[in-house]
Amino acid sequence: MSNYFNPEFETLTREQIEALQLERLQKTVRHCMNNEFYRKKFAEAGITPDDIKSLADVRRLPFTTKQDLRDTYPFGMACVPIRDCVRLHSSSGTTGNPTVILHTQHDLDEWANQVARNLWMVGLRPDDVFQNSSGYGMFTGGLGFQYGAERMGMLTVPAAAGNSLRQIKFIKDFGTTAIHAVPSYVTRLYEVMKEEGVDPRRDTKLKVLAIGAEPHSEEQRRRIEDMMGVKAYNSFGMSEMCGPGVGFECPEQNGMHFWEDYYIVEIVDPETLEPVPDGEIGELVLTTLCREAMPLLRYRTRDLTRVLGRTCPCGRNHVRLDRMKGRSDDMMVLRGVNIFPIQIEKILMQFNELANNYLITLTTDEENDNMTVEVELAHSTDDYAHLQSLEKEIRRRLKDEILLTPIVKLVPLGTLPVSEGKAVRVVDKRKVYQ
Amino acid sequence: MTIHQLSIFIENRSGTLIKVLEAFKEAKIQLIASTIADTAEYGILRIVCAEPMRACEELKKAGIAVALSDVFALQLDNKPGSAADVIKLFSQAGISITYIYTFLMRGKGILVFRTNNTDLARKTIAENNLPYIAEGDLAEWA
Amino acid sequence: MIWNPNKECMSRDERSALQGKRLHKIVEYVYHNVPFYRHKLQEMDIRPDDIQTIEDITKLPFTTKKDLRDNYPFGLQAAPQSEIIRIHASSGTTGNPTIVGYTRKDIGVWSECMARCLTAYGVTRDDIFSVSYGYGLFTGGLGAHYGVEHIGASVIPASTGNTEKHLKLIRDLGITGLACTPSYALYLAETMDKLGIRKEDLKLRVGAFGAEPWTEKMRQEIESRLGLKSFNLYGLSEIMGPSVSYECQMQNGSHICEDHFYPEVINPVTLEPLPLGQTGELVFTTLTKEGMPVLRYRTRDLCSLMPGTCDCGRTEVRMGRIQGRSDDMLIIRGINVFPSQVESVVLSMPEFAPRYLLVVDRVNNLDTLQVQVELREEVFTSTFDTPAAVDDLEKRLAAKLKSVLSIAAKVQLKAPGTIERSQGKSAHVIDKRKL
Repeated sequence: MSNYFNPEFETLTREQIEALQLERLQKTVRHCMNNEFYRKKFAEAGITPDDIKSLADVRRLPFTTKQDLRDTYPFGMACVPIRDCVRLHSSSGTTGNPTVILHTQHDLDEWANQVARNLWMVGLRPDDVFQNSSGYGMFTGGLGFQYGAERMGMLTVPAAAGNSLRQIKFIKDFGTTAIHAVPSYVTRLYEVMKEEGVDPRRDTKLKVLAIGAEPHSEEQRRRIEDMMGVKAYNSFGMSEMCGPGVGFECPEQNGMHFWEDYYIVEIVDPETLEPVPDGEIGELVLTTLCREAMPLLRYRTRDLTRVLGRTCPCGRNHVRLDRMKGRSDDMMVLRGVNIFPIQIEKILMQFNELANNYLITLTTDEENDNMTVEVELAHSTDDYAHLQSLEKEIRRRLKDEILLTPIVKLVPLGTLPVSEGKAVRVVDKRKVYQ
Repeated sequence: MTIHQLSIFIENRSGTLIKVLEAFKEAKIQLIASTIADTAEYGILRIVCAEPMRACEELKKAGIAVALSDVFALQLDNKPGSAADVIKLFSQAGISITYIYTFLMRGKGILVFRTNNTDLARKTIAENNLPYIAEGDLAEWA
Repeated sequence: MIWNPNKECMSRDERSALQGKRLHKIVEYVYHNVPFYRHKLQEMDIRPDDIQTIEDITKLPFTTKKDLRDNYPFGLQAAPQSEIIRIHASSGTTGNPTIVGYTRKDIGVWSECMARCLTAYGVTRDDIFSVSYGYGLFTGGLGAHYGVEHIGASVIPASTGNTEKHLKLIRDLGITGLACTPSYALYLAETMDKLGIRKEDLKLRVGAFGAEPWTEKMRQEIESRLGLKSFNLYGLSEIMGPSVSYECQMQNGSHICEDHFYPEVINPVTLEPLPLGQTGELVFTTLTKEGMPVLRYRTRDLCSLMPGTCDCGRTEVRMGRIQGRSDDMLIIRGINVFPSQVESVVLSMPEFAPRYLLVVDRVNNLDTLQVQVELREEVFTSTFDTPAAVDDLEKRLAAKLKSVLSIAAKVQLKAPGTIERSQGKSAHVIDKRKL
């Protein structure tokens, strides 16, 4: 069997990639003219599709931001009639408008192809058993890997997130050879394995881990590999592009290949928005080249990274990007879930019992990533039962909003540090960005 | 160095507490100190009394769920600050207090408490020559 | 509208012939590929060639949940592992879940059957359809999902939870179709009241409800509060998942995709087949399944097959409402729960006495499960004075229960001798829901 799932695209030379990109960019820009939002943007920028003559002309196009997606909620970014769409994903949260991502059948097929390409790249084949321990539903990590792994022909177990005891039972009973999960969940699984007396090297057939959707350091990856005794490959995805599949490490484990037949990759200075030279850290900006339902032009991901190279001993000349190095906004990523502090603030402010001062602390405790939300009580009280139920209710409402359960600590008024000027709301004690 | 404390399981419904107290009355055992802790599911009644072993037997006979636990009881001067001085010694030794309650007896403050490390607590009491109450002292008090 | 008139409306004779042909093929297939069935058939002295017409089905042995358990995980699988691309799991009666493997063709048949259901409900590619069954190992989510995509409507994989956001999407996106459990539909209606959303604010028009029993009265309430027309959707993972049968616009019984799933109704005691119209235990034989075909699988669901033909034009036989179970299985939030599963967990932890009670209730249209377990005397005495230790035990038990039941149960540890014996159908269950 070939080392490549799509040999004709994966092994293109740089010249061929760029020629293909230009052709697909021109097509995408013309396609965007079906949409009011883009027509207006093009008019403001004084450009027409005919102005895109070379790949460098991508820089003449306006940027697109998450705010644009919110402003055009729900269907303002669609470039096809809604009846041609077969899938919709939406970001979490009830505060403000969520973002809505639409897919046609063609989009789904291309998405599955990217994921299948990635899994094939790290040595998985149709005989493998793939356990997807990622959240399903609106979160793209579930359905994204499900379709990709099935496309490749693997036996795919939609285990979904959580329920570690059952996950481990399935890993053993089904002879699972590959798992996809957020890195913090892999360490959690390992802990439970230890408690249950399961040795991943001795008692399982695991050979590959796909980890992603939350920032992690090289050191953390190596630790995961040591624990589980298998290679762990870094995966990059975001729902705005489709979901997982956008970038993935090859066996060289030297940066993630971003599929340039699907995306134009730019790294820009988040302040000046000018491109930065290869090797320098900047904000990742992506333009989709194959999307029908909702193409995005120069989408600002807010993720900070850098170009490591454009060739690779594995034979793929698609650009290699470093693991994500941080964010250019205040978004936190915890156990694969994207969270903005404002979401938490809005919930806390709904409780009369609470004062305005709060602090979010992210920690890694015994390999688990945790969020603690400390918030000051407006009045002191010794009604212990009420405090208990208040705490529970805050936890429940926060979980509804951010999809994971933080530790909530109610503290007396005046105990949290008061900062001069802009309040410090988030303390990230995890070592996720190197 | 420790005394026996009775820990009694109190279901969250009316009538359970009175059943316990009546058992003490029947057995003619006097309470010296007591405290109730409430969890979301049930209450724990903790009692220091004159004859803990007999009390335990009597309660069991009455069908009440009871356990004996070892706690420390220190005698303190009845003046401000003496509790702080003592607890500080434990804190410095790295010992945590799980729960604590106090009462006054013959002009002395009595501090009843349980720690997360009984052995280390014994050592701390011995090294600092803290005046503790022994099991035998209880009967004499009542 | 009818998705596949060739199959859904074929004449009875034609279909019987097709069923007979397929039955012969599937028996031959399992005879050669599943040792379990080969041995069973050999014991009964049946050769695949003895099965020529659909009437011959009564010669075949039954398959039970216990057979699935005894052959866990892959013992009943007929296709080689490399052909299997998907696994789903449902509740087993003890610690091991029931595992079902699907080939790519099986997933295709499933999508086709699901498309038949949706089309019968009046769903078209112009609809925007929210799938609010749980996704993952449970068949509800992915099963409905592939069907909606197959007919080309837009699917919103809402899954379960976060009801307020879900309602916001239903309103803002103009969602027209909804698949979920009937009790969740009522919970949605309640949340609408709480948020001040009126049914006139929504464009909902079709509901595909199933995975738990529901009454005509619930149907009326759902329809009046959500402003949609609601249809029954029936299925079980051992056979396929949702889409085994479905209501049409006549709403008078659910049509069974008979060319794929052959139904019989039997007397659960004598195992004799019952005539049309009589209530008994429903039994299915998969006629086209590759991954894990089953012969005469006993569903334990009690219902009848309806005589006569339907005015909608479909000739597929209809089944009536499920009227109960011939075992003690509970359905909680659409998930099957056996008291014996709880027992297996309790027995596996030495801290507990073998005395337990499941208390099932429905609060604001949401099912709740509380599991009470008695601590052993010595464990109780040594831990209750340390609430942290009790908490820890509670958490460990809750985690084990969740791993076996797939739903969260509220655990309550009890002092020795304090669990009251239930007077109900099962000594270990109090079901306060009025179903």
